[in-house]
Amino acid sequence: MQGLLRRLERAGVSSRSLVLALPYLWLIAFFVAPFLIVLKISLSHTALAIPPYKPLIEWTSRSVLEIRLDLRNYLAMFSHRLYGDAFLNSLKVAFLSTVFSLAIGYPMAYGIARAGARARGVLLLLVVLPFWTSQLLRIYAWVGLFKANGLINSTLLSLGVIHQPLTLLFTPFAMYVGIVYSYLPYVILPLYANLEKLDWQLVEAAQDLGCRPWQAFYKVTLPLSRNGILAASMLVFIPATGEFVIPTLLGGPNSLMMGRILWDEFFGNRDWPVASAIAIVMLLVLVPCMMAYLSIQSRGSDA
Amino acid sequence: MSRRSAFVISCLAFGYAFLYVPIASMVVYSFNASQLVTVWDHAHSPTLKWFGALLHDQEILGAAWISLKVAIANATGSVILGTLAGYGLARFPRFRGRFAFTAMTTAPLVMPEVITGLSLLLLFVALEQTVGWPAGRGIGTMIIGHMTFSMAYVTVVVQSRLATFDRSVEEAAMDLGARPLKVFFVITLPIVFPAIMAGWLLAFTLSWDDLVISSFTAGPGSNTLPMVVFSMVRLGVNPEINALATLTITAVTVLVVAASWLAARARRRAAAVAA
Repeated sequence: MQGLLRRLERAGVSSRSLVLALPYLWLIAFFVAPFLIVLKISLSHTALAIPPYKPLIEWTSRSVLEIRLDLRNYLAMFSHRLYGDAFLNSLKVAFLSTVFSLAIGYPMAYGIARAGARARGVLLLLVVLPFWTSQLLRIYAWVGLFKANGLINSTLLSLGVIHQPLTLLFTPFAMYVGIVYSYLPYVILPLYANLEKLDWQLVEAAQDLGCRPWQAFYKVTLPLSRNGILAASMLVFIPATGEFVIPTLLGGPNSLMMGRILWDEFFGNRDWPVASAIAIVMLLVLVPCMMAYLSIQSRGSDA
Repeated sequence: MSRRSAFVISCLAFGYAFLYVPIASMVVYSFNASQLVTVWDHAHSPTLKWFGALLHDQEILGAAWISLKVAIANATGSVILGTLAGYGLARFPRFRGRFAFTAMTTAPLVMPEVITGLSLLLLFVALEQTVGWPAGRGIGTMIIGHMTFSMAYVTVVVQSRLATFDRSVEEAAMDLGARPLKVFFVITLPIVFPAIMAGWLLAFTLSWDDLVISSFTAGPGSNTLPMVVFSMVRLGVNPEINALATLTITAVTVLVVAASWLAARARRRAAAVAA
């Protein structure tokens, strides 16, 4: 092996490229190249065939190369209200879920970061534990809680707070609860990592100089944790936009989310070109968000 | 200094209740005799009958076996790719295409699964049409799909471990005449081994739980456990799934608590040696 390495190096192949080649090629083949195919199929015409679309480029009988770009799949996005509504709704749901997750996760991350060393370990473990447990099963738990005869309704009924079961399952409320619940660990962990490194003497100094605790928080802690907040937001917002499982199980058949529409077009209608066009439109919004996330991450590692 | 306000403490209490009440409710109701899941049957509970039913459910057992095979293959493959990628990113601060490489290893972490799943399936179909491989879809295509997003998690774990360790140990070995490959296997690999193990377990869990990417890349007869669970849940609540959840939660709790206890003990020992 050692000899082989030396021979390769003499041949101009650096050990660097030996390390990087395998993951690099893998990601190009199975992560980047597929998007080009999605783009191609989003421009092709739906057909009753296997696979269910017509090729873009075809040799017709008189040896004429025919290239057909079908923009109908994209035009459908604009002409049918369903897609536009689902698209805007997905962005709204993802945005509000991000806000709610931060509202719950930030105080928790703050509390963990300021706890004693021993308590901190246990508190962090309790955040990580659900993260390792199946997301599908944890969403299923909410189905049991939200049902008409579920735990929430039966508790409220027996306490006399309500006299008729509330409709909780298959509502937007249930969907928001499910998304915030699933992504909470993704918010707490980066925020904690950020707050843990924060220099608390700065906060003390602000208080010594006459700031009230809330003022010190608003003027010192919050601005210093900006990168943590941005990273946590992206970790919720980007995947939540395309969420499929939670809208299906908790939001019900009428929840208009892009992830669900893509799934239904693909598996239900077998309309691969439209499903591809939906994916491309989503990427146009999400790729800039990913770039922002990437730049926050690289800034964080430089610091 | 640990100055804690009543506000922060009540936020923590609310947050942990929010995280754990659903999980606890699933565990409690898995011992409920009633078919109705959420109506407690006082006369016959607690019972283990749903655990028995689960262990005799051939569909679930078959799917679990497929999930297990996919998860083990995925974890092993992801660890190889992710360790190489994490090592490259941690050790080579500058190389051509580094930004693109960072982007490619980060994007799968946040990419909505429906998009990754769709694009992988379209790739497999296009490949089958042009080069004849892969012939149809099944366990193999699922493993490729899972590895593509799992390796990103392994990369992060390995990279952050390598970024924090003392490189002078490696330099010392080099000064004493060890060749680079020997340094890697004798010094670097043992030091990052805990991170590699953590990455393996993480990749295993991600694959074991995955529904969306599996649904796109699976073929006929290769339904995984989450795919079977999802179709059962869509038809309504099912006490067998509560039993499955209890088993999953028990296994995860035992593993995570044991792993963090071992890590804490290793840290204490290291601290004792250093002192």
